[in-house]
Amino acid sequence: MGGNSLHGVTDAIVSIGFHGLAFAMVLYLISVGLSVTMGLMGFVNLAHGVFAMLGGYVMIRLMNRYGVPFLPALAAAAIAAALASIPLERLLYRRFYGGEELDQVLLTMGLIFMSVAGATFVCGPLTQQMEPPRWLSGQVDLGFRHFPAYRSFLILCGAGLVTALWLGLERTRFGAQIRAAVDNLRMAQSVGINTSRLFMLTFALGSGLAGLGGGLGADLLAISPSYALQYLVYFIIVVAVGGLGSIRGPFFAALLIGIGDTGFKYLLPEFGAFFIYALTMALLLWRPQGLFGRA
Amino acid sequence: MLGDFFRRRMSVIAATLFLGLGLLWGLTGAEAQTIKIGVINSYSGFVAQAADEMQKGIDLYVKLHEKDLPAGIKVELIKRDDTSSPEVGKRLAQELITRDQVQILTGIILSPVAAAVAPLTAEAKIPLVLTNAAGVSLTRLSPYIVRTSFTLWQECDPIGKWAAEQGWKTAYTEVTDFIAGHDSEGAFIKGFTDGGGKIIDSVRYPMQNPDFVPFVQRVKDAKPDVAFLWVPAQTQATAMMNAVRDLGVREAGIHIVSAQDLLPDEELQKMGDTPLGLITAGNYSTAAQRPANQAFLAAWTKEYGDQSIPDFFSVGGWDGMAAIFDLIKQTKGKFTGDEAMAFLSHWKNPDSPRGPIEIDPNTRDIVQNIYIREVKKVDGKLANVEIATIPMVKDPWKELNPPK
Amino acid sequence: MAAGAEHSAVRDAVIDAFARRHRLHPLEALPWLIAVAAYFALPGYLSLGAQILATILFVLSADLVLGYAGIVTLGHAAFFGTGAYVAGILAANGWGEPISGLIAAALIAGLVGFLSGLIILRTTGLALLMQTLVVATTLYEAANKAGRWTGGDDGLQGMQVWPIFGLFRFDMFGRVAYAYCLIVLFLGWLVARRIVHSPFGRALIGARENTARMHAIGAPVARRRLVIYTIAAALAGASGALIAQTTSFVGLTSLSLERSGNALIMLIIGGVGRLYGAFIGVPVFMIAQDRFSSIDPVYWYFWLGLLMIAVVVFARGGLLGLIERLRP
Repeated sequence: MGGNSLHGVTDAIVSIGFHGLAFAMVLYLISVGLSVTMGLMGFVNLAHGVFAMLGGYVMIRLMNRYGVPFLPALAAAAIAAALASIPLERLLYRRFYGGEELDQVLLTMGLIFMSVAGATFVCGPLTQQMEPPRWLSGQVDLGFRHFPAYRSFLILCGAGLVTALWLGLERTRFGAQIRAAVDNLRMAQSVGINTSRLFMLTFALGSGLAGLGGGLGADLLAISPSYALQYLVYFIIVVAVGGLGSIRGPFFAALLIGIGDTGFKYLLPEFGAFFIYALTMALLLWRPQGLFGRA
Repeated sequence: MLGDFFRRRMSVIAATLFLGLGLLWGLTGAEAQTIKIGVINSYSGFVAQAADEMQKGIDLYVKLHEKDLPAGIKVELIKRDDTSSPEVGKRLAQELITRDQVQILTGIILSPVAAAVAPLTAEAKIPLVLTNAAGVSLTRLSPYIVRTSFTLWQECDPIGKWAAEQGWKTAYTEVTDFIAGHDSEGAFIKGFTDGGGKIIDSVRYPMQNPDFVPFVQRVKDAKPDVAFLWVPAQTQATAMMNAVRDLGVREAGIHIVSAQDLLPDEELQKMGDTPLGLITAGNYSTAAQRPANQAFLAAWTKEYGDQSIPDFFSVGGWDGMAAIFDLIKQTKGKFTGDEAMAFLSHWKNPDSPRGPIEIDPNTRDIVQNIYIREVKKVDGKLANVEIATIPMVKDPWKELNPPK
Repeated sequence: MAAGAEHSAVRDAVIDAFARRHRLHPLEALPWLIAVAAYFALPGYLSLGAQILATILFVLSADLVLGYAGIVTLGHAAFFGTGAYVAGILAANGWGEPISGLIAAALIAGLVGFLSGLIILRTTGLALLMQTLVVATTLYEAANKAGRWTGGDDGLQGMQVWPIFGLFRFDMFGRVAYAYCLIVLFLGWLVARRIVHSPFGRALIGARENTARMHAIGAPVARRRLVIYTIAAALAGASGALIAQTTSFVGLTSLSLERSGNALIMLIIGGVGRLYGAFIGVPVFMIAQDRFSSIDPVYWYFWLGLLMIAVVVFARGGLLGLIERLRP
């Protein structure tokens, strides 16, 4: 990188930071639901990525085949994922709450396998490509620099949703119930919280968010039948590093991973892949419960 | 009296005997024979898309040309999924040979799988017609291997030379960090530096990489005349083009060249307008106007619908089956491994959808036209239009590295 | 005199009870009989059989970690791959003697297990799961980088494995491979069985069931977990060497998440912590995989996933658990 002016270096830093942030937002949106449900229901849901994938497929199908505009398609993606999660939770998952972790692992891995085949069957093995809508293509001029419009939108969306989630958790009754149940399930039940319904709704919310994240992030994390397997490691790293049952934890973990991964690959491309694993190991050795998990 | 009886009926007896013998002879001659062909493909795993394209090419050829086979001879394809794993591929090859008793093996997307299977072909003397795996030294691993696809040196060395001819002096190369990527990098560097150019830097990125922005940012920082960006075909190609678009690399005046893997025909439509004007070197483009290609495309659309687009994987499979069918026709379905290799090593097809192709008897590797293509808009859609032809290219790596 | 006789009668009874616990139950001979019978009855399937046997050893070692030490791991392939590459690199660089290669592989894999265990075994739960994943992934990337030794993504080429004892060459039909894997599996099984039925093994189960209490009675839990982790790593390394030597190939997939995950799946299907879970789960999984992928190469994932879900929903505790419940 010799001979670069200061302008060049700052330009690179801003660019890396920006793109890392967009990547982080996508990771967060998808993983936050997993963190909450793992903390709340004690259920290791490795198949969480399937909902993100479902959201991505629904959005792209609607946009490409039926000409549905971007925002409604995105909303449909989230709703489809949330709705799909309900029968799954009622019929299958709830039998295993608080049960053997290994059973949960096997169950959800089976679901992943079925999703790979199902997606191949319905949509073919090709990756689905998303074209951002016209009003989000191209660059946004912020005076000192241009930024890709779509990634900017991603960051804004992510920030907006994070705020909405935090507010929701702190201010609403539903949020209070979740917090209570994560803290101490028995106590929550004994004060009359319908935990069964709570689980169902939280799971639907988490899956819907994943579907939203999958759709929004289809540019970054390409939608293909092996989506759930391919990106599984990213999602559980974010959750483990962030801490279970938290919505702040995955946020900061996603920031670390997203920006760190992008930055490291820029600086040391040959060893870029090692970064997130080294970070995860170091962090978990220091704080095994994750950044915001309970000890 | 008995003698009379027989003498009078002699002609009838003789006629019956002759007829009987003739029928017997005719029946054994016209006895149905099934040639078993083992197809090892990566139906699951990260190259499933390529596998699908290749399989469609294979199946289409068989469907259209089954009637061309000699009478009584049928072909049976036994398909196996190597799940992108070389050890599974090796075991499958073993079982195809010992259990299913195939006469020929074909297919294989990934070079590591081909490398694992190679020793078996030599041990069992079973020919392997490689229809994709592009590792340069594969045909040297066994005397029973022939290849109908391409090698990356075949494509990237010419594009390197061509880039230098354009007057571009400095280049930055980025490839995926595995053998195929290293091949393409080595070939481009050789071609470019032979033409007088200078390489600023070479970067390799990890295989499972969702976002190329950090790597493309480095290219932008270095400001070369031309960037050689290579990824294995399919999904990563689009991700790479997205990074190029988002960072405004072309707007910064940097030219981009690659092998055909960067702009596979079926992904091209999903990349928006970013690739317009990009130059790649490859052995096949759907936009080619030659009659053989037009016929191929018509048959493809009829069979698979017009949403489906073939690419160089499909053509590799198509031509591989053409070679096998020609072998069967020539030998009437009866051949030993050595006889098959003698035929296949000299096989030519002047009428492939990609133009004239032949096998080089010295290396058993493919010799074909390499086209320099530019992305242009044809009938409102993007297409890889062939703008120059480098005729009958042999694999440069083998020329530079003769066997010891 | 009578007191003495009574005393020795009691003593005999106690010894008898101990012996019964450690003695081989006749049913335990069953898997070996089946394995030997298969050698003669299914000559066309011996390569698959050899791979099944080697994988049983791998999954058996995973059972020691998972079922007996209670460590949920997604990175057990790290040891398998280490063993495979050790055996492979030796054979590709002039030393193709299989048995010494096997021992070297087991020792080095055990060492890797010991060192990584020292670092990560102080954590538990999800954090530990992640750490095992990180160790395996780091080794994977390192193997990819060290292309000159490992062949990188292409895999290790040029392995020349010598005949065993100079007499038994690895043939294309897999006969020697099958016998080799069977014998090594038998030895590995003896080791595993010894551990499980020893006081050490009992202590481990105690630790698994109730760590707090074990700490309370002063049993050194951490050290025991490390010991079993190391032994399991060595066995896994041996199984990796078996696969490498019998296929003359080592690829990056031997270190992959997929391999670790598959081991977990095979173990759960068979039944965790019952010593024989591997013997049932591995053949079921691998044969199903083989059959399904030849019937429907594109969609076998679907049926496999369905099988896994069915096992979890209807056969809790794996197939062995199901069998246990069916017995009176």
